[in-house]
Amino acid sequence: MSDLRKIIIDGIETEALGDMTLIQVCEQMGIEIPRFCYHERLSIAGNCRMCLVEIVGGPPKPAASCAMQVKDLRPGPEGAPPEIRTRSDMARQAREGVMEFLLINHPLDCPICDQGGECDLQDQAVAYGMDFSRYREAKRAVDDLDLGPLVETHMTRCISCTRCVRFTTEVAGINQMGQSGRGEDAEIISYLNQTLHSNMQGNIIDLCPVGALTSKPYAFTARSWELEKVESIDVMDALGSNIRVDSKGRRVMRILPRNHDGVNEEWISDKTRFVWDGLINQRLDRPFIRRDGKLVACSWDHALDEAVSLLKSEQVTSIAGDLASVEAVYALSQLTDSLQGKKECRVNNVDLPIGNRSGYVGISRIEDIDSAGRILMIGTNPGIEAPVLNARIRASWLAGGHVELVGEAVDLTYEYKHHGTDLLSLHKLAKNMEDVDLTDTLIILGQGALHESLDNSALGIAMNLADRGAGLLILHTAAGRVGAMDLGFTTEGGLDQALDGAGVVYNLGVDEIDIPSGPKVIYQGSHGDRGAHRADVILPAAAYTEEAGIFVNTEGRPQLASKATFPVGEAKENWAIIRALSGKLGMPLEYNSQIQLRLKLAEEFPHLMEIDMVRENELQPIETTQAGNTEFKNVINDFYLTNPIARASAVMAELSYLTRTRDGELNEAA
Amino acid sequence: MLRRFHHTQPDSFEFSEENLKWAREQIAKYPEGRQVSAIIPLLWRAQEQEGWLTKPATEYVADMLGMARIRAYEVATFYFMFQLQPVGSIAHIQVCGTTTCMICGAEDLISVCKERIATKPHQLSPCERFSWEEVECLGACANAPMIQIGKDYYEDLSRESFETLLDDLFANRKPIPGSRKGRFSSEPQTGVKCLAEYENGKAKFSPAVSLAQIEGDQ
Repeated sequence: MSDLRKIIIDGIETEALGDMTLIQVCEQMGIEIPRFCYHERLSIAGNCRMCLVEIVGGPPKPAASCAMQVKDLRPGPEGAPPEIRTRSDMARQAREGVMEFLLINHPLDCPICDQGGECDLQDQAVAYGMDFSRYREAKRAVDDLDLGPLVETHMTRCISCTRCVRFTTEVAGINQMGQSGRGEDAEIISYLNQTLHSNMQGNIIDLCPVGALTSKPYAFTARSWELEKVESIDVMDALGSNIRVDSKGRRVMRILPRNHDGVNEEWISDKTRFVWDGLINQRLDRPFIRRDGKLVACSWDHALDEAVSLLKSEQVTSIAGDLASVEAVYALSQLTDSLQGKKECRVNNVDLPIGNRSGYVGISRIEDIDSAGRILMIGTNPGIEAPVLNARIRASWLAGGHVELVGEAVDLTYEYKHHGTDLLSLHKLAKNMEDVDLTDTLIILGQGALHESLDNSALGIAMNLADRGAGLLILHTAAGRVGAMDLGFTTEGGLDQALDGAGVVYNLGVDEIDIPSGPKVIYQGSHGDRGAHRADVILPAAAYTEEAGIFVNTEGRPQLASKATFPVGEAKENWAIIRALSGKLGMPLEYNSQIQLRLKLAEEFPHLMEIDMVRENELQPIETTQAGNTEFKNVINDFYLTNPIARASAVMAELSYLTRTRDGELNEAA
Repeated sequence: MLRRFHHTQPDSFEFSEENLKWAREQIAKYPEGRQVSAIIPLLWRAQEQEGWLTKPATEYVADMLGMARIRAYEVATFYFMFQLQPVGSIAHIQVCGTTTCMICGAEDLISVCKERIATKPHQLSPCERFSWEEVECLGACANAPMIQIGKDYYEDLSRESFETLLDDLFANRKPIPGSRKGRFSSEPQTGVKCLAEYENGKAKFSPAVSLAQIEGDQ
């Protein structure tokens, strides 16, 4: 039932839903209302008082527009629509007054504050404040907190908007932050000075409207206006969070989220945000070849010649890793085909069905989580496989959704019904669901339920339920996997079959497995990780911030990542290396630029060029063959160290260490 | 005033059997899912049991209500009625310092506190039996200046009568609450001007004072 009401704002009549707040209606009309505590995705606190507006005919005082709904307004005389004014003298003076109060205890240390230049308080003081302060007394000072290695605090700057408290409690699901005391002694604190136990905590840095919470790794390294800002896509998990990469010169200085309602809303995980120091450590900045058991630096020509001679002499198997972009995999796929080699992207023994997109992507979107009444998770721990997705499930749970889990019992920040840990429990559950209406059920199937040993049985059951109306989302852990699957970068029988009889392995950034001894290895990647140690030829490549690329996220949404900086040293873009190699091999690929490559790609795989579109997949059910009691084992154990970039990051290493050592402490607090 | 947990805390806290029963009754007053609403009465009862609100007590109450400990901590630090540091074992003297009492001599009472108990509010006296603080208006302005000990008001004080009161307390004698100028309640000092017909046959003490003299009354 729509409850449209007329309302006059600044003399313009408009219609708005009764339960919209005044600030939302103003937003809709393009009228700017200053605010500090109000945030679209958090609960309403109404404590900063910056959004005051005048209500004509109302009480003789301004009202907080973030906390007043349209239906709260009384009509004017003779049933005229209620009228509010956002630019009247009363509203202007009220905001000036609030601004003056807020600045009473705010230190004027903008020149040494990291928020300077992108500070809400700074901007709004200029736009809505007075040009002087009547306050002549002493200002208050507040002790700083230690929130851990990510969030630096300068609590004297805090204006007590409580956005951080609301975010950590509502979205991140930790009950550690709060506001103690009252009046002048009100302080934002963490309980008993604990450091924050969340892998989403970095978001409070963005939420803080002042410089009270700033980024510790980024502290005092750059000013916001000297950064080159590039919109890109994150590859730390398969969610494909929309990010903005800020760089200065050749270095990535920080990573921030971008809003995308369908993917990450406006949050990103700490791994996404703070991984950038891994982009300068352990980099492969020049080609290497192995001579007498030792890796020796050499020229590109030399390395390519060596690679060509290996590729020409032996049976080739190409494997593609977690962070490989669609373009790179496409080029490698064509190169391997022309060499009659085998190829495989499912490098973690996960049995994704070849050619069945409904089986390796699912048929639902991430957005469907919001409206799902019942979410059934199988063999997954979204809390570390995709923290932002987990926050979304939590939001659905807070809105009254039921969450159930078959798989390892883990802490997900919300309550769920646990149905056991193995395939047998899933069978039983599916049997119990036989007479249930499944239309508002969403199944999230993790990689833990797709292990080879399960023979696709869990997937079969899930698809069976999906056939009866449930939604199905396959939760991946690797950003490049869906793209590579779409390109058919697979071999019947999986990795073992692909490596069987291989004389030379072309390794495109696979660092999570040990390649069996025997074949020679050509490693193309960005970091000196496990893959490079096993290599006979190393071709240094760009990392995800250094080249443009398409990544298909876990729901099958292709997104464009852009180039923020140049590759380090002599490293080259991934597709270009493969293109160069194909020329040396005498079987050149048909493109000389990435644009040409994408045109080819669009011919062969049109859906991969439908950027930001989620194609509907037709459900192709798979038969369940097995009913054993195989356990579902989650594929990720250490959130912070899942890929070579994260493993090269000192910040991630510290976080990993802290998480592991505080487990005992966590149990005690719980 | 910055309010935080005291640096020295007891190891544990548990409601006495009687208080536990009472607490359960309080919780039952609220509808299912809204038990958290009982936080203030429960914290208050925990403070009455211990004399001050300890960290284990706050956490005990938070756990009992199934709420995050930080939320209970927020409540405890917000309200000044919660004593977050140890108080005197015999009496914690709350001197009203707001306008009327101040005009009528609250500052004298405070200086007596400073001389005889401790130089600073919320500090224990050397014998650890007394402490004091200045509080905001306690609503007995007609009988200013006044102090509160526990739930009892001692009114119409002067420096001398307050000293006598303290002497009693120091000597473990129980002083009688109420006016120190012989007033029944808040009637004029010179006698009632109206409703004089009820003067005859009225009780010796006002209901509040007589109740206060009953042993163990809550």
